[in-house]
Amino acid sequence: MLSIKNLCAKIGDNQILNGIDLEVKPGEIHAIMGPNGSGKSTLASVLAGREEFEVTDGSVEFLGKDLLAMSPDERAREGIFMAFQYPVEIPGVSTVNFMKTAVNQVRTHRGLPALDAVSFLSLMKEKMKLVDIDQSLLNRSLNEGFSGGEKKRNEIFQLAMLDPRLAILDETDSGLDIDALRIVADGVNKLMTKDKSIIVVTHYQRLLEYIVPDFVHVLYKGKIVKSGGKELALELEAKGYDWVKDSVAA
Amino acid sequence: MTTNAIDTNPTLLGVSSGAIDSIPSLATLRDETFRHLQEVGFPGPKNEEYKYTPLTRALEKLSLDDQEGTGTVNLADYAIPDLDATVVAFVNEKCVTSLPETEGLIVKPLQEALSEGKGINHFAKIVDAQSDAFVAWNTLAWTYGFYIEVPAGKTLTKPLVILHVSDGAVRKAARNLIVVGRNAQCTVIQMFASTGKGASYVNVVTEGFVDENARLDLYAIQADMPGQIQFNQTRVLQKDNSRVNSYAFTLGGKLVRNNLALALDGQGCESHMYGLYLLNGDTHADNHTVVDHIKPNSFSNELYKGIMDDTSRGVFNGKIYVRPNAQKTNAFQSNRNILLSTDAKVNTKPQLEIWADDVKCSHGCTTGQIDEDALFYLMARGIPRSTARAMLLYAFAGETIDAVSLPPVQQYLAQRVSQRLQRNDF
Repeated sequence: MLSIKNLCAKIGDNQILNGIDLEVKPGEIHAIMGPNGSGKSTLASVLAGREEFEVTDGSVEFLGKDLLAMSPDERAREGIFMAFQYPVEIPGVSTVNFMKTAVNQVRTHRGLPALDAVSFLSLMKEKMKLVDIDQSLLNRSLNEGFSGGEKKRNEIFQLAMLDPRLAILDETDSGLDIDALRIVADGVNKLMTKDKSIIVVTHYQRLLEYIVPDFVHVLYKGKIVKSGGKELALELEAKGYDWVKDSVAA
Repeated sequence: MTTNAIDTNPTLLGVSSGAIDSIPSLATLRDETFRHLQEVGFPGPKNEEYKYTPLTRALEKLSLDDQEGTGTVNLADYAIPDLDATVVAFVNEKCVTSLPETEGLIVKPLQEALSEGKGINHFAKIVDAQSDAFVAWNTLAWTYGFYIEVPAGKTLTKPLVILHVSDGAVRKAARNLIVVGRNAQCTVIQMFASTGKGASYVNVVTEGFVDENARLDLYAIQADMPGQIQFNQTRVLQKDNSRVNSYAFTLGGKLVRNNLALALDGQGCESHMYGLYLLNGDTHADNHTVVDHIKPNSFSNELYKGIMDDTSRGVFNGKIYVRPNAQKTNAFQSNRNILLSTDAKVNTKPQLEIWADDVKCSHGCTTGQIDEDALFYLMARGIPRSTARAMLLYAFAGETIDAVSLPPVQQYLAQRVSQRLQRNDF
C-alpha cells in the first residue's frame, strides 16, 4: 500500500525528517508515536502534500505510484485521507456543500458515476450516524464555532464519506474528552477493512486503546528509532519518551 | 451663456445639448451650475475625493472615434432569468422599449416630468449640483432618464429594471429621480452593459426621496466591457421609519466610480448598503459611500467586499456622519478585500465623524490573500486547486449576494459571480 524509503524533508532551513523508512500493507494499522517536535505531524503533512515542506531525499510509493509527484488533491483522489490535527475554519463553505464536490471528484476519479442530490443525501445520512454528528452542524460554515470534539467528528465524517484506502489520523485524539474519543475511534474502526490501512499519529497511548495498532513506531529527531507491536505503546506510556531518548543516546 | 466655452473646454463637452436647456423653470440652476463647473473644472490628481481615481485624466484621454456601434443589441442577453420585472431599456440615449404602464405608478422621462412641474421640488435638491464636478456635468448634460413616482401606500410588486447599454463609442448622461410616497415600496434595478471593447463614458445621477415608512431597494449591476468609464452617483433622502437597501455589484468596466450617499433625515430609519467589486484585468473601481445620520434612533449597516486580480485596483471610502442631534444611532461599516495578485491593489479608508455622544458605531477594513490553509484543506479532500479557490472566493463574496432580497436576482448574481470565479484566468 504505502512504501516510504529514506524520506527526508525540511521546512525553510529546518531539516525535520531525517530518513524515514516505513512499509504499510493493506489491512494494517500503524501508530506513529514520539515526543513533541519529533516530526510526527511533519510526516503526516508531507504524505498529504503540504507544500511548505520540501522533500530533500527519499521516495514514497502509494499503490505503486509515486506519491511525491502528485498534488494534494490528486493524492486524495488516489485514496489518501488526512484527518487534520487542527481542522481549519472556512466561513461561507458548509461541510455538505464542499463534500458534495469532493465526493464526486473522488468518484469520478475511480470511474464511478457522480452522485445525484438524493443519493448524496442518503450516503450522508448513513455516515452521519457513524460519528453521531448532526446535520445542522454540517450545514453550517465548516468548523466555524465548532467545539474541538465536533471538529474531530467532522473529520471522521469526511473520512467516511470519501472512503479512502489509507487514512492518516494526525493527533485526532488531541482535545477530545473520553466520550468523544470513543465515538471517533468507533467510527474509524467501523470503516476499517482488509484492503484499507490506517496510520495513527499520536503523542499518547490513549487513542490506541480504542484503535488498536498492529505496529507501533517511535519517531525521534525525524527518524524511526524503535518499532514494535502494540505493547510498545504501553511501554512508552509507562516509561515516558525519555526512555527512548536515552536509549538512542546510548 | 456662451457656447464657445464648450468648444474650448473639452471637459464641458455635451453640456449644450442637455435636457435641462428645455426646461425654463430650471434656467437659473443651469446657469449657476455651468458657471460653477467652468470655475472649478474637473477634479485633478490633488483632489482628496479623487485621489486614487483619476477620472478626469481618463476622460481627457477618452477617444471615442475608434468604435462603431453594433446597432443590433439583443435585450434578451441582459435579462435576469425568472425575474418578473418591468424593463425599460436604453441603447445609448435611445429608449428601445415602450414606457411601462404599471398601475398606480408614474414612470415618465424626467425631462417631460420636470416640464410639467413634477419632481421639481426634489430635482437637484437631494444631490447638490455643485457638490461634485461630475454631478454638475450630469446636471447640464443629461439627455435621458426617468421620473419614477410611487404614490403613497402603493407597493410595487414588480421591480423596475432600467437597462443602460452602451453600443459603440458613446458619451452619455442619464438622470433619474425616484420619489417613494408614504408607506409605499419599490425596487429599482439599474443594469449597465456595453457591447464592444472600445471606449465609452456613462454618467448617471439618481436621486431618491423615500417618505415616511416607505421602502426603496436600489440595485446597480455594473457589467461593462473593459473600455467603459462610468460615473454613478446615487443620493437618497430618507424620512421617518423608512428603509433603504442599496446593492452595488461591480463586475467589469475600465474605470468605475460610484458615489452612494444616504441621508437619514428621519427617526427610525434603516439603511443597508451592500457592495461587491470583482475586478480583473486593469479594471479600476472606486466606491465612495456616505451615510449621514441626521436624526436620532436610526440604524445603518454597510458591507462592501472586493476581490482584485491582475493589475486591477479597488478603492473604498466609507464615511459615516453622526450629527449632534442623532443620538441613539447604530451605524456599522465593514470593508473586506482579497488581493489575488501582487500587482492588484486596494485603497480602503473608513471615515467616521461623530458629534453625538450616545451612539453605537463600528467600522473595520481588512485586506488579505486567499487563505492557503483553507485551500490546502479543500485540496486534501480531492478538490482541484482551481475549484477549491473558486469555492473559497465565492464563500467570501457570497455574503453580499446572500443579502439580496429578490431570489431571481440573487440567483442571477450567484451564477454570474461563480462562473467568473471558476474561470481559471480570473
